[in-house]
Amino acid sequence: MKINSWLKDNTYHHSNFQELKELVDAKNKSGLKISLCIPTLNEEKTIGKEVVIFKSELMNRYPLIDEFAIIDSGSKDRTLEVASSFGADTYLASDILPNLKPMRGKGENLWKAIHQLKGDIIVYIDADIKNIHPRFVYGLVGPLIQRPEVKYVKAFYDRPLAFSDSIRPSGGGRVTEILTRPLFSLFFPELTAIIQPLSGEYAVRREVLESIPFPIGYGVETSHLLDVYQMYGMSAFAQTDLDQRVHRNQPTRALGKMSFGILQTFLNRLVQYNMIQDLDELPTIFRQFQVKDEVFESIEFNIPEDERPPMNTVEEYQKKMKG
Amino acid sequence: MKSDFKEILDDLPSYEKVIDKFKESIITNLIMISEIPSPTFAEQERTQFLLNRFTEFNLQNCSEDEKGNALGIIPGKSRDSNILVVAHLDTVFPSSVDHTITVQPDLVIGPGVGDDGLGLAALVTLPMILEKLDIQLESNLILMGSSRSLGHGDIEGLRFFMDNFKRPITAGICVEGVKLGRLSSSSIGMLRGQLTYEVPEEYDWTRFSAVGAIVNMNELINKILEIPLPRKPKTSIILGSIQGGTSYNTLPTKAILKFEIRSESDEMVTELARKIHSLADEMTSLTGAMVEFREIARRAPGGTQFSHPLNTVSRTILDSLGYKPRSSPSTSELSAFIDKQIPAVTIGITDGEHLGELDEAIRIDPIKKGIAQLIALIEAIDKGYCSEN
Repeated sequence: MKINSWLKDNTYHHSNFQELKELVDAKNKSGLKISLCIPTLNEEKTIGKEVVIFKSELMNRYPLIDEFAIIDSGSKDRTLEVASSFGADTYLASDILPNLKPMRGKGENLWKAIHQLKGDIIVYIDADIKNIHPRFVYGLVGPLIQRPEVKYVKAFYDRPLAFSDSIRPSGGGRVTEILTRPLFSLFFPELTAIIQPLSGEYAVRREVLESIPFPIGYGVETSHLLDVYQMYGMSAFAQTDLDQRVHRNQPTRALGKMSFGILQTFLNRLVQYNMIQDLDELPTIFRQFQVKDEVFESIEFNIPEDERPPMNTVEEYQKKMKG
Repeated sequence: MKSDFKEILDDLPSYEKVIDKFKESIITNLIMISEIPSPTFAEQERTQFLLNRFTEFNLQNCSEDEKGNALGIIPGKSRDSNILVVAHLDTVFPSSVDHTITVQPDLVIGPGVGDDGLGLAALVTLPMILEKLDIQLESNLILMGSSRSLGHGDIEGLRFFMDNFKRPITAGICVEGVKLGRLSSSSIGMLRGQLTYEVPEEYDWTRFSAVGAIVNMNELINKILEIPLPRKPKTSIILGSIQGGTSYNTLPTKAILKFEIRSESDEMVTELARKIHSLADEMTSLTGAMVEFREIARRAPGGTQFSHPLNTVSRTILDSLGYKPRSSPSTSELSAFIDKQIPAVTIGITDGEHLGELDEAIRIDPIKKGIAQLIALIEAIDKGYCSEN
């Protein structure tokens, strides 16, 4: 089966790339420049550790990363102060491409990183990882350095505490297993091979990043996979097992909002690809329920999934790249 | 070549500046080491981490010995003397504890960061710093992460090394994360013991005074506290840990008391241990339960005099760094040096709080002074300023 052969050839473990000296030599030989972007919003508790570990291990000890930036959505806590106290370059997303209409969301930070950073490869790492380790970066850039045909490397996390040699299940979180993988199974069966399609850690070549649109909200990871798949097929993807990721656990209600955003993006893509027709413009109101003094009431959240266009269509970016 | 000790002291401010440039490396090593669980007798993963770092930096004789010590040597120019710098690999925290470390602008927080994650981080970053400072020693500098140090380990790793290392050691430096300013060069007499009160299975619960292990252990504690302690030699008994019982209403069948006797006099330690042992025997005969006395670790008092050049030099370095030296006896790795009559000191690297707790914390800023102190001390030993001859 094609999925199984893709899994066999394109699935890595971070330990495949742990010889950092060799990896840096290969990177230098290829002439690639690598930028690391950490999008933040109120992450003062975890950001210091990420900055100090990545700078020390992957810039000073082994120069795998050429550039490292924190792109912030307007934190109200000390995220930027903590990050800069350990020597990180910090940017407010609103200060990058300031002439554009401001938007707020993680996808906005990821998109603006393409304009701000210079690397041929951009690595995105979420800021809320408690057990951060250099493997989060080298595990993702490894396949891109070693295999020119790979364009997009996604993280997944699979470290059972104990297992025998028998079969055990593997997969993603609640939203992945309940929403994303069933949708992929229906419409894009090959993409089900991406074990954790919603993980926030991935490394991508600039030529890909600049040519795809970016939803600024919950749908950014899903749209990336769909768009890259449409453009290049499965051979452009690889995935790396980074063992374990310790992070904040989201309550089910928060996952409802996330699912709503993802579903909007997904359905819009189906329309764009002409896979479904006659879909009216989708509403952006998401409803959940609560009980107040024994009376049930609906609460409404407006969750629009605005999108930024491919960066290579933005005039300032075109000028910058020419310059 | 520095011709006198003052030149070393004069270099301290420039050392601090250079060390500050390694702040990220030191903190990264601290995090990566501290996030590896390392309870006594299960230090292998930390040993491996240290060896990887030593090997990466091309240290000589990078190796793990039979007891799991991690060793690496920076060879000296003359190679006929050896300075041993040691930090212990084990912690008091079991593997089941969450070992995630948090970093704030001036704090690193998490189990074991001060005891002795920072000591180990200083050890593995030291080769890089010495190279940057262009310090080349005459003596070989042996860097050692020592295994099986705490509690039941009873400094087994370091003792093994000292028993089996064939070449002479000029002096030893034990590096503890906390607290900068501490200086220990002598060991007091110490006995670490455990009393286990256990009710046999065939115990007759209807007999008079069948109140369970906790009440009887409490009575035993009261009797221990009634033992008169002399003012001189200075002596104390620390009751450090007590365990027992399972629920609200079940008479407990087992209770364990861990204690430590400390005294400037070895005879006094022996005498107090004998008294506690006989109290345990008395409790056995009174209650029909088994009260077992077990000796876990023992240290003989000893060490160098306050006026020994190693101690004078150590105090002068701290003074120059603006820290008031606080001399106190130690019962840690230092004892292994004392047993072999090798002059040694225990020093601290920075300030900290909540030692031994899950939210153990160390301050980042003073680390540069703590490591400058370590380097100056190594240089002073190397140049012979710490020898009695």
